[in-house]
Amino acid sequence: MDQTTLNIIVVGLSFALYFGIAIWARAGSTSEFYAAGRGVNPVVNGMATAADWMSAASFISMAGLIAFVGYNNSSFLMGWTGGYVLMALLLAPYLRKFGKFTVPEFIGDRYYSTTARIVAVVCLIVISITYVIGQMSGAGVAFARFLEVDRDLGLYIAAGVVLVYAVLGGMKGITYTQVAQYCVLIVAYTIPAIFISLQLTGNPIPGLGLFSNMSEGTAGAGQPLLVTLDGLLTDLGFNQYTEGTSPVNMALFTLSLMIGTAGLPHVIIRFFTVPKVADARWSAGWALVFIALLYLTAPAVGAMARLNIMTTMWPQGVEGEAVAQEDLPDWFETWSVTGLLAVEDKNGDGRIQYYNENSEEMQALAAERGWEGNELVTFNRDILVLANPEIAQLPGWVIALIAAGGIAAALSTAAGLLLAISSAISHDLIKSTLNPNISEKGELLAARISMIGAIAVATWLGLNPPGFAAQTVALAFGLAAASLFPTLMMGIFSKRMNSAGATWGMLAGLLTTCLYLFTYLGWFFIPGTNMLENTASNYLFGIPPASFGPIGAVANFAVAYIVSKMTAEPPQEIQELVESIRVPRGAGAATGH
Amino acid sequence: MAEQPNNNAYWSANIRLVTYCLVIWALVSYGFAILLRPMLSGISVGGTDLGFWFAQQGSILVFLVLIFFYAWRMNKIDREHGVDE
Repeated sequence: MDQTTLNIIVVGLSFALYFGIAIWARAGSTSEFYAAGRGVNPVVNGMATAADWMSAASFISMAGLIAFVGYNNSSFLMGWTGGYVLMALLLAPYLRKFGKFTVPEFIGDRYYSTTARIVAVVCLIVISITYVIGQMSGAGVAFARFLEVDRDLGLYIAAGVVLVYAVLGGMKGITYTQVAQYCVLIVAYTIPAIFISLQLTGNPIPGLGLFSNMSEGTAGAGQPLLVTLDGLLTDLGFNQYTEGTSPVNMALFTLSLMIGTAGLPHVIIRFFTVPKVADARWSAGWALVFIALLYLTAPAVGAMARLNIMTTMWPQGVEGEAVAQEDLPDWFETWSVTGLLAVEDKNGDGRIQYYNENSEEMQALAAERGWEGNELVTFNRDILVLANPEIAQLPGWVIALIAAGGIAAALSTAAGLLLAISSAISHDLIKSTLNPNISEKGELLAARISMIGAIAVATWLGLNPPGFAAQTVALAFGLAAASLFPTLMMGIFSKRMNSAGATWGMLAGLLTTCLYLFTYLGWFFIPGTNMLENTASNYLFGIPPASFGPIGAVANFAVAYIVSKMTAEPPQEIQELVESIRVPRGAGAATGH
Repeated sequence: MAEQPNNNAYWSANIRLVTYCLVIWALVSYGFAILLRPMLSGISVGGTDLGFWFAQQGSILVFLVLIFFYAWRMNKIDREHGVDE
């Protein structure tokens, strides 16, 4: 059986499982539609949260970004897990006590203001659309590979599947579908990692293998894996894997991802679904357990894949000859079809030299050895995890499994985001403010139309994403950090914060961050409309757009504080409301809402 | 709701616990893994230094412990102040 058939069978089976669960879990009454959530066990909720959370960015993109940059991109690992500490300590228990269904609803009630609620809806939509772009481009890569088509066609197929999936599946049974998706994606991620770790280091746990010695019969037998990798990279003019460049920027970027994580609406609403405040606290812990299984493996996947690529390109070591073009493994050919991988024999010697052509030292060496530039001309980082089993020459079923895992990761997150967008438009915007008399049917129709609109926008922007999947998603975190997180936190920890302060604060955070992003990445991410070139020398104080979140958050806090000092304090009943949010007793009563 | 005297004690106990946890949270990630990494470069772990280990493994493990510790400790404080469910 050839690989494409095997891919289609495995992905098809996983789809059958999701649809089966969606149909099985649908059997409940309409009241279950909302209330089933409140009875979800914290461990199950943690697992569903993990699937909702771990997107194409975590699954497909993150290890690739770590592989090609090394230590500096540890920000993704710490940022996307550390945010759960903020969420568990500062938001989740209190929002659960409040007992509402959407984030704009909390902001509207706490700040007794429709304006604040609408501004929160705008923030939510901007964050979620940016996030969906990253999912779409990631899912596009996965489909492109496993159906062996062009990337753009892969993206259109992904959009079609997400549309059918999100509209059909809806909210019904989503929690249990996500549990299944979590199982598929974690198995798909860890199995190849375990195989590769065994091959290279003999240690079955990838996170430990990363810090182990290379096993006998490999390139650097007996010495630590990271030393071998650093050595190969230095010989080819690349930066050392374990070395950092700018600690301050790294800290800022990590902070942006952490605060953003805690401000992501589609993750926050998951904590509304457990029975008690105490469960909301445990649930955040369980979510992080399931997330950590992937995040502790990812850095090992990155380093080991990078090492395997180096030894594939230089089978006789760096001093010997580079790999001959006809000896390139099969995965080069299969991935070239997608346009995401390309080699070009510039000096016509029949071999493919892979090195850092920008390094001066290497230029001297290249002249000496007759190289005319780096010949591995394209290696899209998003393909690394998907190609990983092929790079390590693992059996066909593992390759098929990873395609299913990548698609599960992208689908579960995209569906969650699209539901967040559509409920914000239909529930918070149309039903509560624009047209309170809208019928239930009309509300549902509005939800569907906004979902289709969101997919169309995300697909169009996904054709020319502002970065790799994980980088695009990082921008969404910056926006969440600057807009929703500070407002939610002040709503709980400051009784004095009033509606004017919160509204102006959110606007200040959102607008400064958007302005900064659009300046370098184009208005509304439309390519070619950027006012300044996206290079380090143009950045304000050297801050890259993706690290701007904390600055936006500071703007939000500062403006909110100043405006609230100049305006009247919130009414007595709001101050009492804040008192009651802070105390767990009575959360059960809010269930009847 | 009339402000009960023990609610103030409860809230300040909570704030104290949150502060301690966040200090550790910041210390392992921004501290050990990033800004203080040069100070720890003498301690080697599997071919690199302790800071690299914290950046790619250690901080995630500490985050896990922190959340479970907070949940356990806070649920206990709830009971002590009689505000549990």
